[in-house]
Amino acid sequence: MSGGAADDPYDVVVVGAGVVGCAVARALARYPLRVALVEAADDVGEGSSKANTAILHTGFDAVPGTLEAGLVRAGHRLLGAYAAEAGIPVEPVGALLVAWDEEQRAALPGLAAKAARNGHHTTRLLGAAELRRREPHLGPGALGALAVPGESVICPWTTTLAYATQAVRSGVRLLLGRRVTAVSGAPGGPHRLSTTRGPLTARFLVNACGLYADRFDALLGVQDFAVTPRRGQLLVYDKPARALVRHILLPVPGPLGKGVLVAPTVYGNVLLGPTAEDLTDRTATGTTAEGLAGLREQGARIVPALVGEEVTAAYAGLRAATGREDYRCAARPALRYVTVGGIRSTGLSASLALAEHVLGLLAECGLRTGPERPLAPVRMPNLGEAFPRPYRDAAAVARDPGFGTVVCHCEHVTRGEVRAALASDVPPAGLDGLRRRTRAGAGRCQGGHCRPALQALFEEHRRSAGRRRYGKDGGAR
Amino acid sequence: MRHEGTREERAARAVDVLVVGAGPAGLAAAARLAAAGAGRVEVLEREPEAGGAARLCAHPGFGADRRGRPLDGPGYAGRAVRAAVRAGAAVRTGVSVTGWAGPLVLETTAPTGLEAVRARAVVLATGARERARPARLLPGTRVRGVLTAGELQRTVALFGPRPERIGQRAVVAGDGPEAGHAVRLLRRAGVAVVAVVGEGPRAAVRAGGVPVLAETAVTEVTGRGRLAGVAVRGRDGRPRTVGCDTLVLTGDWVPEHALARAGGLPLAPGGRGPLVDGALRTAVPGVFAAGGLLHGGEPAARAAAEGRAVATAVLAHLGGGAPRAAEGLPVETSGPLRWVHPGLLGPAPAPLLLQAEHTLVRPLLTVRQDGRVLHRGRPAGVLPAWRSLRLDARWTRGADPGGGPVVVDVRE
Ligand SMILES: Cc1cc2nc3c(=O)[nH]c(=O)nc-3n(C[C@H](O)[C@H](O)[C@H](O)COP(=O)(O)OP(=O)(O)OC[C@H]3O[C@@H](n4cnc5c(N)ncnc54)[C@H](O)[C@@H]3O)c2cc1C
Ligand SMILES: Cc1cc2nc3c(=O)[nH]c(=O)nc-3n(C[C@H](O)[C@H](O)[C@H](O)COP(=O)(O)OP(=O)(O)OC[C@H]3O[C@@H](n4cnc5c(N)ncnc54)[C@H](O)[C@@H]3O)c2cc1C
Repeated sequence: MSGGAADDPYDVVVVGAGVVGCAVARALARYPLRVALVEAADDVGEGSSKANTAILHTGFDAVPGTLEAGLVRAGHRLLGAYAAEAGIPVEPVGALLVAWDEEQRAALPGLAAKAARNGHHTTRLLGAAELRRREPHLGPGALGALAVPGESVICPWTTTLAYATQAVRSGVRLLLGRRVTAVSGAPGGPHRLSTTRGPLTARFLVNACGLYADRFDALLGVQDFAVTPRRGQLLVYDKPARALVRHILLPVPGPLGKGVLVAPTVYGNVLLGPTAEDLTDRTATGTTAEGLAGLREQGARIVPALVGEEVTAAYAGLRAATGREDYRCAARPALRYVTVGGIRSTGLSASLALAEHVLGLLAECGLRTGPERPLAPVRMPNLGEAFPRPYRDAAAVARDPGFGTVVCHCEHVTRGEVRAALASDVPPAGLDGLRRRTRAGAGRCQGGHCRPALQALFEEHRRSAGRRRYGKDGGAR
Repeated sequence: MRHEGTREERAARAVDVLVVGAGPAGLAAAARLAAAGAGRVEVLEREPEAGGAARLCAHPGFGADRRGRPLDGPGYAGRAVRAAVRAGAAVRTGVSVTGWAGPLVLETTAPTGLEAVRARAVVLATGARERARPARLLPGTRVRGVLTAGELQRTVALFGPRPERIGQRAVVAGDGPEAGHAVRLLRRAGVAVVAVVGEGPRAAVRAGGVPVLAETAVTEVTGRGRLAGVAVRGRDGRPRTVGCDTLVLTGDWVPEHALARAGGLPLAPGGRGPLVDGALRTAVPGVFAAGGLLHGGEPAARAAAEGRAVATAVLAHLGGGAPRAAEGLPVETSGPLRWVHPGLLGPAPAPLLLQAEHTLVRPLLTVRQDGRVLHRGRPAGVLPAWRSLRLDARWTRGADPGGGPVVVDVRE
């Protein structure tokens, strides 16, 4: 998957292999085009796409009439169907916007009306008693809620990987570890891209650079918006906490900001977060003592029993805010260039619809795609607790005893799954990537038991595959 | 969560006693049960080798053999495995117990297939683990180079004592004996130890030459990709940084209670292991618990002693009579105590085990029931946070079985 010179010049180069860039590359793979997906990191989904709240939003609370509102609504439907086909775990648990004071309760009917304007007519107001019946571990003082059916939890890692895998299987070149550093070219001629691993040539260019979309725009002399990273810190609670929460518990947006949510994950954990902090450093994905303490304080009010449970993980992601309550997508026909920017806090949900939208923008730029053809099929390994996993699959174990050999005990990940991930079409560059593909090391001991063994499996695979390139977290720790 | 369909077809089997976990506690229980003729006694261990946490402790501190030669962890573990096997117990490794198919039926996954094993009695001896970084709420960047002492042991066991597998400059966090073991293991692997950082007034660490920062906490980790340093805060409240590429987290034990909780067993409030009475019975009749699962960070000998004790209770259960769940007066704590064990006090006076939240100097202990003092005293000069204290049965004598909870109060 390195090199790529053979296909040069490309018809389309997509820069940035987050969930958005991968979805765009997959959409382009339906046509007889030479397409490259170029990514600075050594794996797909290494940016905002790996560290979010993992909710497949309906778009009920978007600003009506915006591009975002339309694309999240369409994306929810598209990704829901695609997930079933590709084996991406989704649980349609539904959301409850919980009102904790009179002001919030008074805001619920307005939110229901806004949802209706966004095309969601199934929301329902719940009184305190019914709310407590549906969510018995809620803290004292909950006055009522707006129920939003359709809000779902999803695996963000599998989603990005499914797109990338299907794109690669359908002929897209995935070029990892290549940052695009400059774009040049004579007017009317193809784009010449300088990358950290040699040049590329592209007739059409798509900017899916996430937090860096404004900087990439600048490489083409475009100045449209500036990205402000908005950090969201999150805590993941251990599996026994899953029994405490049945729905996605959303805060009612108010003058004091958005508040935090409590939500189940498809891995059987519970998420608490995210914070919202406007920063300037686009790499500030660390957690802070104040951030985590604030989350625990808010969590204790929403589901008091939650904070008594063990914390499995803490992480932070950065949203690409641009000072406008909408996406910043633009076609620039003169440059044969499309920007998919400002994909703030809903990009996972909107990804498939965004990809279709980008096809339209490319057409505006003059791209002729040719006839559509079917994509290579993809069926991802299941990481979700609500669906059968190999350690519980007698047939899989009978076929390959490796599926009966548990290597990560906290998450019940088997050696068979690790080997399959290492040998997959979009293999991990290190143990972090392996974790996103298998959950190995993602559990309560955070790899304290299995990391050395996983490292050994990783190196064994590297040796037998005869590769020499070492990934950034593939080496010693 | 259970799923329909035929994928989950499991082979069904029955044994007399199923022990989950082949550490010192589980092995001691199995050895005694098999020797006492409890029938088919089977120990299930998810690791490729039996022996538990002790197997990875390549240092002395595990007592001595019959001729008085000091034992290290692997030596101790090997003897425990041989004793169990010699007594007639079956020790099966590479078998993960993943859930419950009934109150006394355990689901297992192994390379040989899936099983549902029914037993007349189940002993949970799944041990404890050190909390990982997120569970300690230690903020900062996501970096490589932060690991627990257990992971350090596993790394050395698998790759040998090689600095390129660990790092160049390490800080060890914690004051218990594990911190000292970590210092020695790091040095053996050629890693420089720049400091031991402990929250207590003094540390158990005796590792010549390494500066010990007492009453100091690690508050943040820094670095990009790889750990570059840790922020620490001492008694004066002033933060400072210590440069290092490796941080070893020791102590801060939490029971491996996932299986116990999946079975719906209520937990003891402080220790977070399954709630048991003096006979080590849990809330489910026929299910027992012992060892690190009830109180982590204790010496292997104590876990093994408890394994032998649980065998006595299991034999009584197998011997007939109506199966009984844990019963007795709740035992509660007041003051800076992390946990007290057992959480339920039976009709007979029984010893209590307790651990302080932080190191206490000449603590005054009072055991009360309904405001009435059962016993009071200063049983220890210094009670370190990393060692538990045993109060013999005298302390709970006179408790009224019909009265309220027994409260253990501690103050300095
Ligand atoms: C805390 C948080 C919670 C969220 N919760 C949700 C949620 O519940 N549901 C939802 O739908 N969305 C959610 N989101 C939003 C979602 O995660 C993002 O919208 C989405 O991941 C954006 O994807 P992307 O592909 O645009 O960006 P990214 O994933 O950041 O990908 C951009 C990629 O471009 C690469 N790149 C940048 N510059 C260059 C260059 N010059 N050359 C090569 N490569 C380059 C980067 O390395 C990066 O991999 C959340 C976001 C955050 C931060
Ligand atoms: C760094 C370190 C240093 C130590 N130093 C000393 C010392 O010097 N002296 C001393 O006396 N003690 C020491 N100890 C403590 C000693 O190792 C423990 O007290 C002892 O091992 C506890 O025994 P246990 O049987 O309760 O649990 P463990 O030894 O932890 O055994 C539990 C076993 O259960 C297995 N298991 C768990 N869940 C499942 C499942 N679902 N299915 C199948 N199997 C399962 C585990 O794999 C494990 O093997 C040290 C411990 C550590 C980590």
